[in-house]
Amino acid sequence: MKKLSYAEALRLAMEEEMNRDSSVFVMGEDVGVFGGCFGVTGDLVEKFGEDRVRDTPITETAIVGSAVGAAMTGSRPVAEIMFAGFLGVAMDEIFNQAAKMCYMTGGQAHVPMVLRIPDGAGIGAAAQHSERTEAWVTHVPGLKVVYPSNPADAKGLLKAAIRDEDPVMFFEHKILYNHVGDVPEEDDYIVPLGKGEIKREGSDVTIVATGIEVSHALEAAEQLAEEGIDVEVIDPRTLVPLDIDMIMKSVEKTGKLLIASEETKRGSFASEIAAEVAEEGLFYLEQPIKRVCAPDAPVPFSSVLEQAYLPNPKKIADAVREMF
Amino acid sequence: MKESNEELVGLLEKMLVIREFETTVQKHFAEGEIPGFVHLYLGEEAVGVGACSALKEEDYITSTHRGHGHLLARGGDIKKTMAEIFGKATGYNKGKGGSMHIADVSLGILGANGIVGAGLPIAAGSGISAQILGKESVTICFFGDGASNRGTFHEAINLASVWNLPVVFVCENNMYGISMPQYRADGRKGQNIKDVSDRAVAYGISGVTVDGNDVMAVREAVIEAVKKARANGGPSLVECKTYRWRGHFEGDPTVYRPDEELEQWKKKDPIDRFVKVLKDQEILDDEGYKELRDKVKGQIDEALQFVQDSPEPDVSEITTDVYYGGAE
Repeated sequence: MKKLSYAEALRLAMEEEMNRDSSVFVMGEDVGVFGGCFGVTGDLVEKFGEDRVRDTPITETAIVGSAVGAAMTGSRPVAEIMFAGFLGVAMDEIFNQAAKMCYMTGGQAHVPMVLRIPDGAGIGAAAQHSERTEAWVTHVPGLKVVYPSNPADAKGLLKAAIRDEDPVMFFEHKILYNHVGDVPEEDDYIVPLGKGEIKREGSDVTIVATGIEVSHALEAAEQLAEEGIDVEVIDPRTLVPLDIDMIMKSVEKTGKLLIASEETKRGSFASEIAAEVAEEGLFYLEQPIKRVCAPDAPVPFSSVLEQAYLPNPKKIADAVREMF
Repeated sequence: MKESNEELVGLLEKMLVIREFETTVQKHFAEGEIPGFVHLYLGEEAVGVGACSALKEEDYITSTHRGHGHLLARGGDIKKTMAEIFGKATGYNKGKGGSMHIADVSLGILGANGIVGAGLPIAAGSGISAQILGKESVTICFFGDGASNRGTFHEAINLASVWNLPVVFVCENNMYGISMPQYRADGRKGQNIKDVSDRAVAYGISGVTVDGNDVMAVREAVIEAVKKARANGGPSLVECKTYRWRGHFEGDPTVYRPDEELEQWKKKDPIDRFVKVLKDQEILDDEGYKELRDKVKGQIDEALQFVQDSPEPDVSEITTDVYYGGAE
């Protein structure tokens, strides 16, 4: 084990995969000498050169579209979109090209690409640089969607995503980049897509959270433990494919479900989890499902507004208390 | 480049295959036997055939919504092409893609695409692969005059230029984006330049305009561009001026263009013109031409029979191939 930040763990994953497989390459805006807008690609360009760590112009449409073409022809691109808010610029390339190519060709073509997408609020970046967009892509058949919550998962999941044969939308919460944790050093440390993890075992209530909300949920769980409420925290880690069995088993045990997500509530992936449990596990539930999400408004700029807008451990703990 | 007689007749044969194929599709679509909509390549045969004749086996193309001709020009199987258009299980895409997505990926065809202009970034990506994997492959990107107004045109060609990607952007200027004229002096128009190739200068690449109804002119221009790309000379833009004989899609009443315009272009039929060239050079005689047409007709009839004999897809296929299932 090695203490690494989430950003360092991601970089290590890319470095290891680039060493392992010469068809893996990185591209995006300012990923080269600048080291990435959030420093994630760091010194990769010094290690692998400009051919494999490609600085693009400001050209999201071509970044994603060319990643699709490269992936279809034997390379494994790891492309970066600087902010989730820029996904709209490349949405055709995501939902019509990357997602549908395998299906439309009757399985002849496939698109083994990764799109790294820094997202999330908390740094005063306002409405176009802070939003959560996972529900835009979880809705699209053909994409896989990943969201690591800690450095170890960041490494293991990114390596799995790079090795995957399908297009993977890989979300990284900006606030998590500096979170430090133990990261396995083995080259073959992989967290398989589609397998969730119980981050805290408990018997009274299930909280499903991804990304930054896992930390929030764990913090809330500590507060609640002092009050005698034993919280189970489940991190699905990948949203597509979703480890629904793990969630269902937990709900069967606890009888209570709360989903914590920084997404705006309407049409969120939190809603999808709620729907799945309502459809298949309603009779496990002792009371209605709760969602702790952001309000249905763009992310505000002012720190006061932004902090009030975001879910946090207190909001999660308060919502859990209402269930008892 | 001096082509053998066999090669030259081969070009004619490919154009005849496309002509006969599309005429057959037109007929069966009108009879309600083909679902969805189809965009025919009639009148544009010289572009696909001339351009694809410049490629090697390891090369790639990206195609468009008007893609039957590209696939056949690249050597696609006529039966599997026809079966896909009819939505049969034996089609190239197992009946999941249809006319707009028809492709033989093993021939280096990176999809036909229902989104106008979507192929340009994909072609750039194929060019990136050539550099990453150290391959000498070149990619031809087919797109239309309509697509040249999309942002993908700008972003993909710019990227191809700055990264010196081995891509040849072949613009099939068939004069209309659905009802919108590419250019004319007065009235509605899609762009205010006569030649799409004028745009090449903005990207620091070479751009030429050729007669898209002259298969040898297309071939020569694309051979030049492919040669340059393969020698690490970067991308080019080759504009081929042509005309679609049918509407944008089958059923388009073409109220936006005068009948005389179509008649003028039909006089420049790329097949008639090339037949004349071959006859003048005594490479082909009337009898040889008739034999060729009969052969092609026979192939199309066989393809229709193949469609007749083919099963519909099984409904269990609805949810397969959403994710990659591995090579078959």
